[in-house]
Amino acid sequence: MIEFCHRGTAALLAARPAIPLQQQTDQLAELLQLPATDVQNAFWTIIVGAVCATCCSLVGCFLLLRRMSLLGDALSHSVLAGIAGIYLLTGRIDPIPMLLGALAAGVLTAVLTQFVHRNAAVPEDSSIGIVFTSLFAFGVVVVSQARHVHLDLDCVLFGDLSFAGVNLYPTFGRLLPESFRTLIPALIITLVFLAIFWKELCLSSFDPTLAVTLGFSAGIMHYALTTVVAIVTVSAMEVVGLLVVAMLIVPPAIARLLTDRLSTMLWLSCGIGTCCTTVGYLAAVRWNSSAAGLSAVVGGILLLTAIVLSPRHGMVERAIRTVRLRIRICAEDVLAGLFRQQERSAAADAVTVSTVDKCHALAGNGLLAGAAIRWLTTRNLLQKNGATMFLTDSGLRYAQSLVRSHRLWEAYLQENFDLPPDHLHDPAEAMEHFIGPGMQQRITEELDAPEADPHGRTIPGA
Amino acid sequence: MFGNQTLVVLAGTLFLGITAGIVGTFAVLRRRALMGDVIAHSALPGLCLAFLLFHSRSVLILLPGALASGLLGAITVSLLKRFTALRDDAVQGIVLSVFYGAGIALTRFIQNRYRNESGADLETFIIGRAATMLRADVYQIVVVAAVTATIVMLFYKELKLLSFDEQFCHVQGWSAAGLDILLMVLTAVTVVVGLPAVGVVLTAALLIIPPAAARFWTDRLSRMMIIASVIGGVSGVTGTLLSARFAGLPTGPLIVLTSTLIFILSWLVAPHRGILWKSGHLNDLIPDDGLTNAEGQR
Repeated sequence: MIEFCHRGTAALLAARPAIPLQQQTDQLAELLQLPATDVQNAFWTIIVGAVCATCCSLVGCFLLLRRMSLLGDALSHSVLAGIAGIYLLTGRIDPIPMLLGALAAGVLTAVLTQFVHRNAAVPEDSSIGIVFTSLFAFGVVVVSQARHVHLDLDCVLFGDLSFAGVNLYPTFGRLLPESFRTLIPALIITLVFLAIFWKELCLSSFDPTLAVTLGFSAGIMHYALTTVVAIVTVSAMEVVGLLVVAMLIVPPAIARLLTDRLSTMLWLSCGIGTCCTTVGYLAAVRWNSSAAGLSAVVGGILLLTAIVLSPRHGMVERAIRTVRLRIRICAEDVLAGLFRQQERSAAADAVTVSTVDKCHALAGNGLLAGAAIRWLTTRNLLQKNGATMFLTDSGLRYAQSLVRSHRLWEAYLQENFDLPPDHLHDPAEAMEHFIGPGMQQRITEELDAPEADPHGRTIPGA
Repeated sequence: MFGNQTLVVLAGTLFLGITAGIVGTFAVLRRRALMGDVIAHSALPGLCLAFLLFHSRSVLILLPGALASGLLGAITVSLLKRFTALRDDAVQGIVLSVFYGAGIALTRFIQNRYRNESGADLETFIIGRAATMLRADVYQIVVVAAVTATIVMLFYKELKLLSFDEQFCHVQGWSAAGLDILLMVLTAVTVVVGLPAVGVVLTAALLIIPPAAARFWTDRLSRMMIIASVIGGVSGVTGTLLSARFAGLPTGPLIVLTSTLIFILSWLVAPHRGILWKSGHLNDLIPDDGLTNAEGQR
């Protein structure tokens, strides 16, 4: 089912000493009835994907919060220029100078973007666009001339997660994936950076002005973060290619939709990123396609799910909240209506009686009327006796408070906004549902405990 | 003087540069410069799906697919902005990377499945291959250029209003959303006809760099549009000639590098905004019309 072939892997695998880890994967392979090497590869690929996703998500969260998301896109393209530049300088392809060149190109992109934006008065988005496309064009020209040396554009552009678990390399006496040599240092640098500058990063991400006022240099934080992003981008690009953008932006965006706390957002986005690469890799094996590409697609699907189902900002949740609010408003309209009816009947001590139909009419007869009546009866504000409905004592108090809110607001509007009398009812009808005891108290104090509203009706419940 | 093929490519890149200059002017002024990039990246899955469905490499089949998914990407950007708390940059990054990821996954799938056919060659669309441009491609580009220029002229007043004062445009009773969609469609069409010639990333560059360079020379929209399309056209022609002269150098990147060079030159020497002008070195060249103050500024 899984077909992998890569240079020298079989030989390397044959030479490796048996370690407990391998025994475990061997057992798993037996269980799944798959070749042992395939399970081994899959295991390492998933680990590499997880490390890569973790690095990217950690820095990506800060990019998202600082509205610098497109920097990742720009960096990943201009990396090509760095590689090309080093090739022009040295004429050879050694991994370490190439990495350094790529890193330099990444930082250069950020510096040039700011430089063009500031000095040429070009809007920031245009400035990003100008810088990274020019660098990319330069890179493509150089690479196209370097065909006789093996400088593979495909590899730079697309990376391949599927091979990440195949290229094993002896490190510290063990066979570990080759990409660990850049990914693990990148992860350590990211973690150290976050640990040291946590306070400053939080402050300058959420309130840049305050950060500057307190004496933290915005510029230093910007370029320090950019450098770390460049390190992460360059090392992750070996695995996922240009799609590093997806890993930098999508998991943090999903986490942002799910939580409002930075620390939660960080670990959540790491988890989501890992989930994307793992599922993406498995799907790629199943459909014989690109793991990095499918990771991005999985991210997109998760994002859509989050948009619909997120507990705080999700569409479903917002719809439910709206319906609940509308039910409450309908129910409160019934209470206020019954209270006014009692007031008009002049028999102040009589218990307010009404029919089911009348109550429905007070609730607006809409789809929500039935739900509103149920809302009232379950809270024991309204009681049903055969075909008649009547307010309970607690219902009466609730209704009194509502009408009090309404009339206080009318009085307040007249006092402060000089509205004509026939313009007072409608705003008060909307506001009465949102004025609690605290607000009632404040208005009462401000208006010196008014007895009646502008229409001359008594304000109840003083 | 030139081979027939060079003339075809020259005509294609010239008109591509012109139309990109016109459309890009609005993108740059409206701070939507990177929408071209987003549309170009999101065109990829449509291209692949069109290939998978019809098994044809004909441009007439592939480009409508690319256009559809490019527009879908643009619409997704507006929807996400409208219905989520995510910011502009994040939304653009998300759409760009997810659509592009889908495109790469589909391409890899196609490559693995139709190993023997040359298939939809991905790299062609990433960096473009202007040298293989056909006469039909050029006709397409010319038609797009003509239609774009006509539409922009017809709606010039409205688009100008939209670019500088969106709220006022709305208050005046113009549908800002409608004009927005119009610009989006024009951008998408330009990007998509440019894809085979200059590729995903570099089409986006043609939409940004010439208008940004033109901005140094003038404060008037009409002039900016004309200068931008001239710069776009000149870059297209120069890039093509360079790549014809030095065989093996890819056309698309050379076009972009030419326009970058023009951008840098404009930044240096443009009147009033240029670096040299500001530092005072060029003042002697301009006759004193009495409009400058003691510091040499107008």
